[in-house]
Amino acid sequence: EYPLIMFKIVNKEFFSENVVKLEIHAPRIAKARRAGHFVILKIGDKGERFPLTIAGADREKGTITLVVQKVGVSSRKLSALEVGDSITDLVGPLGQATHIQHKGTILACGGGVGVAPLLPIVEAYKKAGNRVITVIAARSKDLIILEDQIRSFSDELIVMTDDGSHGQKGLVTEGMEAAIAKEKIDEAIIIGPAVMMKFAALTTKKHNIPTMASLNTIMVDGTGMCGACRITVAGKTKFVCVDGPEFDAHEVDFDEMLLRLNGYKEIEKAAESNYLKTNNDSCQIPS
Amino acid sequence: TGLRRVKMNEVDARERITSYVEVNSGLTKEQAQIEASRCIDCPNPTCITGCPVEINIPKFIKRIEQGDFLEAAKVLKETSTLPAVCGRVCPQEKQCEANCFYTLKLKKDPVAIGYLERFAADYEQASGEISIPEINEKNGIKVGCIGSGPAGLTFAGEMAKMGYEVTVFEALHEIGGVLKYGIPEFRLPNHIVDVEIDALKRMGVQFETNFIVGKTAAIEDLKEEGFKAFFAGSGAGLPRFMGIPGENYLGILSSNEYLTRINLMQAAEHDSDTPVVSGKNVMVIGGGNTAMDSVRTAKRLGAKRAMIVYRRSMDEMPARIEEIEHAKEEGIEFMTLANPIEYFADKNGRVNQVKIQKMELGEPDASGRRRPVPIEGSEEIIEAETVVVSVGVSPNPIVPDSLPDLETTKWGTIVVNPHSLQSSIPEMFAGGDIVRGGATVILAMGDGRRAAQAMHKYLKNNKA
Ligand SMILES: Cc1cc2nc3c(=O)[nH]c(=O)nc-3n(C[C@H](O)[C@H](O)[C@H](O)COP(=O)(O)OP(=O)(O)OC[C@H]3O[C@@H](n4cnc5c(N)ncnc54)[C@H](O)[C@@H]3O)c2cc1C
Ligand SMILES: Cc1cc2nc3c(=O)[nH]c(=O)nc-3n(C[C@H](O)[C@H](O)[C@H](O)COP(=O)(O)OP(=O)(O)OC[C@H]3O[C@@H](n4cnc5c(N)ncnc54)[C@H](O)[C@@H]3O)c2cc1C
Ligand code: SF4
Ligand code: SF4
Ligand code: FES
Repeated sequence: EYPLIMFKIVNKEFFSENVVKLEIHAPRIAKARRAGHFVILKIGDKGERFPLTIAGADREKGTITLVVQKVGVSSRKLSALEVGDSITDLVGPLGQATHIQHKGTILACGGGVGVAPLLPIVEAYKKAGNRVITVIAARSKDLIILEDQIRSFSDELIVMTDDGSHGQKGLVTEGMEAAIAKEKIDEAIIIGPAVMMKFAALTTKKHNIPTMASLNTIMVDGTGMCGACRITVAGKTKFVCVDGPEFDAHEVDFDEMLLRLNGYKEIEKAAESNYLKTNNDSCQIPS
Repeated sequence: TGLRRVKMNEVDARERITSYVEVNSGLTKEQAQIEASRCIDCPNPTCITGCPVEINIPKFIKRIEQGDFLEAAKVLKETSTLPAVCGRVCPQEKQCEANCFYTLKLKKDPVAIGYLERFAADYEQASGEISIPEINEKNGIKVGCIGSGPAGLTFAGEMAKMGYEVTVFEALHEIGGVLKYGIPEFRLPNHIVDVEIDALKRMGVQFETNFIVGKTAAIEDLKEEGFKAFFAGSGAGLPRFMGIPGENYLGILSSNEYLTRINLMQAAEHDSDTPVVSGKNVMVIGGGNTAMDSVRTAKRLGAKRAMIVYRRSMDEMPARIEEIEHAKEEGIEFMTLANPIEYFADKNGRVNQVKIQKMELGEPDASGRRRPVPIEGSEEIIEAETVVVSVGVSPNPIVPDSLPDLETTKWGTIVVNPHSLQSSIPEMFAGGDIVRGGATVILAMGDGRRAAQAMHKYLKNNKA
């Protein structure tokens, strides 16, 4: 007997005005997912398909956790849903899970909303017996998310803000340099905006630290069918949705990725201002 | 007889390129009956041998001639689950119609079997009196179908008829496979497919969208939930690229991405959240149905210049003749014996020029077609802001990857017994493009049907 699957929102929490955590009923995905996996969502009949990392899951309750930052129409539509509402379409778990091993000391770096997908990876590395040093960074204090959760799985946590409003003042790379100066790092993982990953990768390359980057390209189907998510790694075309999302950061062509991410920028911006005109998306009180 | 073959009614090319209206508008009753009277009811109907599912062609055509259109549709449904689809997209000129007495013996235009098939199926759909096949008593045995393309839909229908409890798992949010995300509305309207899917639902087939077998749940999990056997109709949905310099510039898309954005995500409609960028000069690389669908879509999205670049000549072009003719009427330019070798972009990384190399035909290759060889020094630069790469597809690897014991070929297709379509895992059957590579709708349907019969036998013998 297969009842219609409803991807109902069972919990919602604001980390900041623009970052929301959602807990969604999706028992099969909760059971099958591992760290590093993501889902594709679609909201409404005319909604677009867009990817979000599974930040956590509760098998008993049959729920998964997503953390979404409002950047455009789809992320705003999702953030506007309330507890009890359902997500029209949700499919996953997608991508290759993170290859978690006991490596020694791990440097985990997250920028902006990249901290959300970083959380399950930090947790998994810690549980695999690694020493985990985490650097999280954002423009300012109100954009730092999941600090306590990340801290609970990290042996050390360095917080960086561009404006110095929280933690130390400076870029993520400065926090990384500080950590690398203190002890031997066996492996690094970086997740965040493409520019941040580009420079974080250069930093670890300088120190010869093997590094994985989790890439957030534009996607449509998420199953290898369209090629929208393609990037170049070590001179070869790869599909982020099926071959990734994690790749050797020192081999990724970040400049190409940056260009490809901007492919729909003008249309998306116009759509967003249109959406904001017709939808009241002003400050919801952060809880 | 002395009658000429009927001409399909069409929407005028200038008008149709401004919308997604279906190009062929179907036959009237009178046209259908006159065309049906051309069929001489051969004692040895060679046409049937040309049809992969062996539709009783003279029988259904006779019903049309007699004006008993609903009965004609019933005859079609005896062997074909989706006659309204096949009547539209089958390469009839290579199948049934190529084997018609008129073609073979009289050297005249064949009976318009495809048009008549479409007529009868459409008549039934419009009548609202869609016949649901008789269903055996439910036997309580659960079987799973992976993918909802024509192979899966046919399999599901056949198993439901035999009393099985069928669940179709579909990775996307829509049911129909290529029929929905690939073939455009102007050739195969979605509502035509939806009517057939509705009929399956009324027959008790369950559909689970957003469910990727091998990811959302493993075959092992489904077995634990009581599924006794599976049919993989997961298609050949992976796009190939050519690996030439600049291919990842913005504005260069696979035909899958281009068509999916427009057909599945309705990107061309103003209230859709999915964007699509389609330039004034659109170049489509390839010569198959997918290339034709892409280039004609580009025209409808407002391209001033919509071009096909194909490395062989017109004669080798694999697309259906009707599609090529329609494309020409719509003002599509054909650059044959040409191949892109490099892309150039503006400062934002968006493609603006394509370097094309001219080709000539050499010796025949393994496929029997003459192999194109580049002509040195024949390069030419052509402006294009959108390039759609349509040079073939590969099998979807998700099901094989999740089943290490499943035998596959080096191309990634699933190996099956050619009669029973049973794979190296006894309870797993497979058909359609995942077995054949890129093939056709009707071959996929034929596979779905045969796999259902073989699975039924297998389950009976194993007392499932
Ligand atoms: C595997 C993967 C995992 C992801 N996980 C998360 C997550 O856990 N939380 C989260 O908030 N986001 C995540 N993202 C990014 C998220 O998919 C995009 O932010 C979202 O699709 C934007 O949709 P939109 O309609 O709201 O914005 P759009 O209108 O599509 O875009 C708004 C702006 O954001 C930029 N943009 C669009 N897509 C992306 C992208 N993929 N990455 C960076 N910038 C983009 C555009 O250039 C544009 O300027 C992930 C992406 C991938 C590929
Ligand atoms: C643009 C285009 C035009 C075409 N035109 C014609 C034409 O005019 N005439 C003709 O005869 N043929 C045509 N073809 C070819 C024809 O469409 C295919 O041969 C046919 O659709 C194959 O059917 P299928 O059932 O094997 O697979 P598909 O139609 O590809 O369906 C497979 C389905 O399985 C789903 N799936 C894959 N993996 C999984 C999984 N693990 N779990 C759940 N679901 C999964 C996919 O999402 C998909 O929906 C065309 C193809 C294209 C792309
Ligand atoms: S299904 Fe296709 S091949 Fe068979 S009779 Fe109909 S049009 Fe011809
Ligand atoms: S071969 Fe042609 S004329 Fe003969 S039965 Fe078939 S369709 Fe009719
Ligand atoms: S998102 Fe379509 S292939 Fe990756």
